[in-house]
Formats: sequence, C-alpha cells, structure tokens
Amino acid sequence: MADKIATREAYGKALVEFAGQYDFVVLDADLAEATKTVIFKKAYPERFFDCGIAEGNMMSVAAGIATTGKTVFASSFAMFAAGRAFEQVRNSIGYPHLNVKIGATHAGITVGEDGATHQCNEDIALMRTIPGMTIVNPSDAVEAREAVLAALKTNGPFYLRFGRYAVPVINDKPDYRFTLGKGIRLADGRDVTLVATGLMVSLALEAREALAQEGIDARVVNIHTIKPIDREILTAAAAETGAIVTAEEHNIIGGLGSAVAEVVGETCPVPVVRVGMNDTYGHSGTVPALLEAYGLTVEHLVRAAKEAIAKKRA
Amino acid sequence: MEESRLQLLRERAKQIRIGVIEGTHAAKSGHPGGSLSIADLLSYLYFEEMNVDPADPKKEERDRFVLSKGHCAPALYAALAARGYFAPEELTTLRKIGSRLQGHPDMTLTPGVDMSAGSLGLGVSSAAGMALAGKIGGKNYRVYTIVGDGESEEGQVWEACMFAAHYKLDNFCLILDWNGLQIDGSVEEVMNPTPHDKKLEAFGFHVISIDGHDFDQIAAAFAEARKTKGKPTAIIAKTVKGKGVSFMENQVKWHGSAPNDEQYAQAIAELKGGN
Repeated sequence: MADKIATREAYGKALVEFAGQYDFVVLDADLAEATKTVIFKKAYPERFFDCGIAEGNMMSVAAGIATTGKTVFASSFAMFAAGRAFEQVRNSIGYPHLNVKIGATHAGITVGEDGATHQCNEDIALMRTIPGMTIVNPSDAVEAREAVLAALKTNGPFYLRFGRYAVPVINDKPDYRFTLGKGIRLADGRDVTLVATGLMVSLALEAREALAQEGIDARVVNIHTIKPIDREILTAAAAETGAIVTAEEHNIIGGLGSAVAEVVGETCPVPVVRVGMNDTYGHSGTVPALLEAYGLTVEHLVRAAKEAIAKKRA
Repeated sequence: MEESRLQLLRERAKQIRIGVIEGTHAAKSGHPGGSLSIADLLSYLYFEEMNVDPADPKKEERDRFVLSKGHCAPALYAALAARGYFAPEELTTLRKIGSRLQGHPDMTLTPGVDMSAGSLGLGVSSAAGMALAGKIGGKNYRVYTIVGDGESEEGQVWEACMFAAHYKLDNFCLILDWNGLQIDGSVEEVMNPTPHDKKLEAFGFHVISIDGHDFDQIAAAFAEARKTKGKPTAIIAKTVKGKGVSFMENQVKWHGSAPNDEQYAQAIAELKGGN
C-alpha cells in the first residue's frame, strides 16, 4: 500500500525546498498551521507575512509586492482564496498578470467534518474564467512538489489546488515526468478514457482494474494542469476510445468535466459523462463517508464508464 | 512656500485640470468631479514630492503611486502627461478603443502607472504591499495612494489600514480625498464613514488633516509624513469635488458625466482664466 500524504503537506515542504533557489515571500491569512505554510514560516520567518483573516486584502497586497519584482505565494483555504477573494484575484493579480502564486488548500469535500461552508467545489470554475491564470490540481504529494516548482518557473498568476486529506502517493516512479500543461497517460485502453484530476486520479486507476475484470479496457489520463488544458491528449482520447468519463472533486459545472467537454465538443465530439459534485453543497462527515455519499468512488466511475460506452454511436 | 514654487505647482495643477476636461470631453464619459478634486494633490506629488523619472518609469528605487480611486484616472493621466511620461495630445484618446488610457489605470499599458486599480478598495492594499516590499528589500522608496471618501466605505480599505499599521509601514502614505460626494449623494447621507481622523488613528495611523487645495498645507503634510516613523501616515485632504470649474463644484452629477461641447468650452475658459 502506497504512502498517504496530503498535498498541502507537500506544498509546505516544497516552499522550503525551493526557498534557497528562488526569491519569493509567502503570505497567509491566519491559516498557516492548516495550509502548511507554517513549515516555511518556521524555516524562513523573515520571508513569511501573516495578513490576518482578511483574504481580499492579502491578494491585493500580494499583487503590490509582485509589482516590485518579487514572486509571492498567497495561501488560504480554496473557499477564501478563490471564493472570498475572487475579485481581488481577478483585478489585482490577474488583470495586470502579476507573479502571484495562490496556494489554495482544503479544496473540495475532503475538508471533511467542517462541512459545506468550508468545502470549496467551485474554485476551479472561478479560476478558469480568469484570463492568463494557470491552474494545477495535483494528484499526490509528488505532483504537488512539481506543481510548486512549475509555479516558480512560470511568469504570471498561478492557482495551486491542494487538499487537506492524506491521499496515496501514486507518482513516485522513475518514469514520472511533470510537464506543465501536459496530461499524463497513466494507462492505455481502447474502450473508454477516464480523465481524472486531483485525488480522483488514484480512484480512476482502481476503476480501470475493476473495469478490466469485466473485460472493459479503460485508458486513464491524469489532468494535473486544468488550465491551459492539454487539448491534444483529450482529443486523442476521444478519437481513440470514443467515450470519456471525467472525475473530479469539484462541481461538475465549470470544473474538469466542463473543460474536457469544451475541448472534445470542438475537436472530436464523443459522449462525456461527468463524475464529481453534482451541483450540490457538501456536508459534515468523515472523508470516506463523504466520498461515498457524493459518489466520488470507484464504483461510480465504473458505472459512469459503462454509461459512456453505451452512449457511443453504433 | 516661495511664490515661484507655488506658481509652478498651480500651473501644473491647472494643466492637470485642463487635461481632465480635455480627456473626459473627448471620451464623452468619465469622472471629472473627483479628478478635479485631486488635481492639486497630484501636482504636488508628481512635481515636488515623489522621486520619479519619466525617462525610466520602472526604476526600482522610485517612489510609487497608486490611484485607489481609479475612476479618477483622467487626473492621473493628465499628471503623467504633464510630468513627461507621454505627450499631452494622448489625453484625448481616453477610454477609446486602442488607447493606452483605460477608464481605470492599467499598469501594463500606461507608462508611469504603478498599479492597475479602480475596483474600489483594492489599490490601497496593493500600495501597502509595495510598501512592505520596500521594507523587505531594504529600499528607501515611499508609496502614496489616494483613496476616495466614498471608497472608504469598502471594508478592504480598513483591512489594508490594519495591515499597514501592523507592519509599521512608515514608508506608506494614504491620502483621503474628502470631497464629500459619491454617486448616490453626499457621503454622509449614503453611508457615513466619518469620523475618518479618529478611525484612522484607531487603526494605527498618524493622521494629518489639511485643505487639499492649499499647497502650503499639502507640503507641510507630506513633510510631516516623511518624518513620521514606526507608523503609516494618513492625510485627510478636504477638497471640493469639481474644483476649478464653477458649474461642477460640489455637484454630485459631475461625479461621472462628461462635459458637452458648450460645457467644455466654458470649463476650459474658466481654467485658463484662473490660476
């Protein structure tokens, strides 16, 4: 069984790892202990600035710092980073295309017991509509580290989506390569493609095994970069497998499912079945109970794959 | 202040006001009222106070200015043109397709604009961020921001103030344009944000109240702000909305409407005739 590490943990560690090589500062809004920027704060206290519980101000402050040539990481929960501070992210950071990296943790329902007010299933949708915004939703700790590095190497606004919950490490392989904007074909298949992001990637791999038991050959694609999305890998999946299932810990409206449907609708229309939060709010509960309750499960992916295949034109 | 300096500042302020009228008239839209109220403050900032160089607009050590009440961009553009960042003729391209002079300041388009701003409340935070960056980098530059009185109804203004005081940003100077009017009426009637002096003091600022059209008072206030250490300074500048154009003064309708040809001619005549 693979190790389980929360991507937020990997985020905090990556900030420290790259602090010597890159010139940046880190802001947080009284959630350093939770977002794990506390790891950076302890290592580099002179480069860490708490903004208090005022996320809108933090984003505009980050933009102001970035105008002076310094890269800034600004962290909070996804709900507040993308939700509360949407307009500041859009106008202060996005519009002038400033070098601010938004480290948004506690995305999706795996926030768990805190419940719906803190479970952000809308952040990808919000961030996708900001011109020039790059969005990466890593599937595990290995990818989260790569995402932080990619953010440092990329000029301009960058949204990093991390989770609270410890998820299996699936990318600790010698042949793993992270390329910003490029999806990863984790397994080949002919009958259907499971396009997954974030913690749903490991579930998609499990679903592939379950489908294989029933004689269905599923391709699995990891889309870590939601924007700019890899049109090539998606178009090839549509053309070569004829059906797609998307899987995300996010509202099916505006997230990965929408992004994939937009691409294949233009390049190679095939049935797309979206698995994710079905336009609903979350709930308090343990993470396994929530994933089950909202259908973010291997079983649901298997059903969705069959549904997508059934919709293929004869 | 000696008469020659005073004359120069008045002349620059007049140029800025004329630029505001030229720009908004040509655009057939825009915000002349609040632009005219800050013309004297901008004249002082760009011709006396700030260390800036139009030949090198992005110079690292420069002082920085953020027009948080970004709808008054016509005044900022006129000040930048007067200071030599671009030709004054460009002012009449205001708000037109293809122009570098957007309805609200865009740092990526206009030379001399240090921050894109205008969605109210955001610019003051960015200015505070620039001031913090100066402290982090051990730079000596100062950061100035003009905030509208109506804008002070935005909660973010106060978040930014808390932040500036918390980090002891004595290189940060907030100027409140207290012209008393906002779109829906008098500021006190719409949503009373007063008393600004006591509030800003409570938020940790050194507060100076002045007549925002009196250059001696403006000069003294900025000098005092420079000398103030360990905390940011707020200058509450009592101003007249529409200042310098008789029919625009203290008239809320001139917040966001442009002069027609006749009004334009009268405004220019008044401005050219006066000081």
